[in-house]
Amino acid sequence: MIAEFGLAALWLAAALAALQLVAGALVLRRDEPGLAALVRPAAVVQGLLAALSFGALLLLFVQTDLSVRLVAENSHTAKPMIFKIAGAWSNHEGSMLLWVAVMAMAGGLIALIERRLPERTLLATLAAQAFVSLGFYAFLLVSSNPFERLSPAPLEGNGLNPLLQDVAAAYHPTTLYFGYVGLSVAFSFAVGALLTRQVTPDFARAMRPWVLGAWIFLTLGITAGSYWAYYELGWGGWWFWDPVENASLMPWLAATALLHSASVLAARDALRAWTIMLGVVAFSMSMIGTFLVRSGILTSVHAFAVDPERGSFILALLTLYIGSALTLFALRAGTVAEGERFSVTSREGALVVNNVALSAILAIVLVGTLYPLLTEAFGIKVSVGPPYFNPVSALFFMPMLVVLAVGPLLRWRRDSLGRVQNEVVLVGVIALLVLAGVWFNTSIGLLPLLGLALSVAIAVGSILPLKGRSLRRLPLAVWGMVVAHFGIAVALFGMSADSAFTKEKLVAATPGETVEVGPWKVTLEAVEPVAGPNWTALEGVLAASYKGGKPKQIAPQSREFWSPVQKTSESALLTRWNGQLYAVIGEEIDGGRWQIRLWWKPFVTWIWYGGLLIGFGGFLALLGRVMGDLKRRSLQARIARRRRTAADEEQAA
Amino acid sequence: MNTGLKAKHQRLVLIGIAVAVLIAAGLLAAWALRSQASYFYVPSEMVANPPEPGQAVRLGGMVQAGSLKTAPDGITINFVVGDGDAKVPVRYSGIVPDLFTEGSGVVAEGRMDANGTFAADTLLAKHDENYVPRELHDMTEAQKRATVEETTK
Repeated sequence: MIAEFGLAALWLAAALAALQLVAGALVLRRDEPGLAALVRPAAVVQGLLAALSFGALLLLFVQTDLSVRLVAENSHTAKPMIFKIAGAWSNHEGSMLLWVAVMAMAGGLIALIERRLPERTLLATLAAQAFVSLGFYAFLLVSSNPFERLSPAPLEGNGLNPLLQDVAAAYHPTTLYFGYVGLSVAFSFAVGALLTRQVTPDFARAMRPWVLGAWIFLTLGITAGSYWAYYELGWGGWWFWDPVENASLMPWLAATALLHSASVLAARDALRAWTIMLGVVAFSMSMIGTFLVRSGILTSVHAFAVDPERGSFILALLTLYIGSALTLFALRAGTVAEGERFSVTSREGALVVNNVALSAILAIVLVGTLYPLLTEAFGIKVSVGPPYFNPVSALFFMPMLVVLAVGPLLRWRRDSLGRVQNEVVLVGVIALLVLAGVWFNTSIGLLPLLGLALSVAIAVGSILPLKGRSLRRLPLAVWGMVVAHFGIAVALFGMSADSAFTKEKLVAATPGETVEVGPWKVTLEAVEPVAGPNWTALEGVLAASYKGGKPKQIAPQSREFWSPVQKTSESALLTRWNGQLYAVIGEEIDGGRWQIRLWWKPFVTWIWYGGLLIGFGGFLALLGRVMGDLKRRSLQARIARRRRTAADEEQAA
Repeated sequence: MNTGLKAKHQRLVLIGIAVAVLIAAGLLAAWALRSQASYFYVPSEMVANPPEPGQAVRLGGMVQAGSLKTAPDGITINFVVGDGDAKVPVRYSGIVPDLFTEGSGVVAEGRMDANGTFAADTLLAKHDENYVPRELHDMTEAQKRATVEETTK
């Protein structure tokens, strides 16, 4: 019953999306108040229906209704509740339904609250939104119905891939999806503005919260995904330049550029066509990401659908959206008038450097990610990894980070380096001091060395805009910028320190044996069998002492799941403020000796703390913008009311 | 670009810079890909046409039954990867992936050393029953047959 209800809600939502698209498109051609009045309500109801449909799927998973094929294939009655719920979107159909539901709800929210844009532009935006979501409805209803019944119902479900049975896996895909969907909203705004030729600061202000929101989710999603790979894979690395990781990094790079160019457009009415272009590119990257990850073209835990029909469907959608958006851009971009001018040394100038560098890095990552797929079409198998991505992207990252250290100090429109001379010299001297200090005391690679120096310089540079300003009266958006930029410094410091100073030890130890790694002394005390709800494991009990201090216990495991049958190794971590001890246990060798792999990773946790700070900075900025908008709106309402009463009184008199 | 420029000219200059940087990035990427991409070999290709020692490549095939030996240090393993036509000895130090066993498929990332042994930095085995490393998916028919023969013997 619930399944049929969910499917019906999905069909209705699709029908409303069609109505929203047709009505919105007709109004664009000719002003028809009757049709125009339909668009907003259609968007709101569509959002509700899609949410209901996803709610129905959640309920099916909570109840473990095995007569539904999707539940039977991906769930199991013995699974902990949180993973039953996460199971709803840890599969192809469910994740697509989540995507379309979030997108429809975003459309509904815009229809409810957005009053700043000209009405025609808003209707065009909603029509574009419906155009995008219709494709996904068609995809769900035609080739991946999540509510399909199974007859007869099996007695027990298949379970969920153990690699995905993890708390991080429960929220990592959802955060990324919210990010992707937020960029689809930005895309709709860009298309709406382009269709009605209203590329104005108001457009940038209306779009900005959505870009900010998407960017926050992407930042958090990437941070969580990186931490997940770090402790779950047991390889000690935190970023592998895996195509799946790149699929989340590319939209983030585009969104970061878009965020900054939208700020220029909102504040200064410059970079109009460029902002539109970035809006199109950012959404294209989300679509390419979805295609790479979900089509089965890459083999990974993320590729649920190894079904060529689905891959082609996503590819067709991608071509349709990107193709039509680029065509529209090519036709209309020329009619977008030039924005305001600015000089090279100005806030805009610095942000142009940011935008161009981010676009270049995006191009490099995109080429490196697609190249193996391309050559494979010609029968040559290659893989592209860190030796390509690290140095090539660093060539553009480094200059961008240099500009980041001083850019926020510059004024809009026109400034001179002379005015901020003291600050620039201060940041430069600090960077050189760190560089020299590290250079003479250690022998580390060039990139980590530059990274360490830049991270300290950026940390100082990011706080400088606070100088001479009243901290209490500083707008939240400025706080957001400061915190996010400081977060970049923190993350960069963690990355550089980890790659420069990590110590590794690989041994076969007998119980009672002590191993030294960096400042740690680690003793293997015992290896014991343990059991969990759906697994059994061998657990190595290790006592680790830092610089002769009191030993602490950590216990890496080698786990065996029984539904589906699979072995995974669970790493164990011991976290200090200045780094992490990372332990993995392997196999037993010739009776009594156990393989143990240990890493001491100085400051590695700062990578994710930095990621969280960046996200938190985005959140502050978003809060500041939204509160500012609300305040302005209530002020306008009050003025209007006062005018009306004044007019009434005049009439009465 | 001073402020004396007209808006139109400034736009052209900006477009010019963006295009120039993007082209530079593209050229750089193309050049780096040629030197840094690591190629995939099956054992018969590696024997017939070995890569330069020290160049990062990937080797994929089946772990030959009976070839897996653990060195006295307990952490270095030696085994032979074959595809039915040729065999390549491999050395690896570390904890092997969970599904790594004799007779199953493996992709090793690393380089040939001077003695003709493949020194692996990373081993990728089957993720689980459903996820076979991509490269093993499309071995030639002969290789597949040989592999099946070997694994079912």
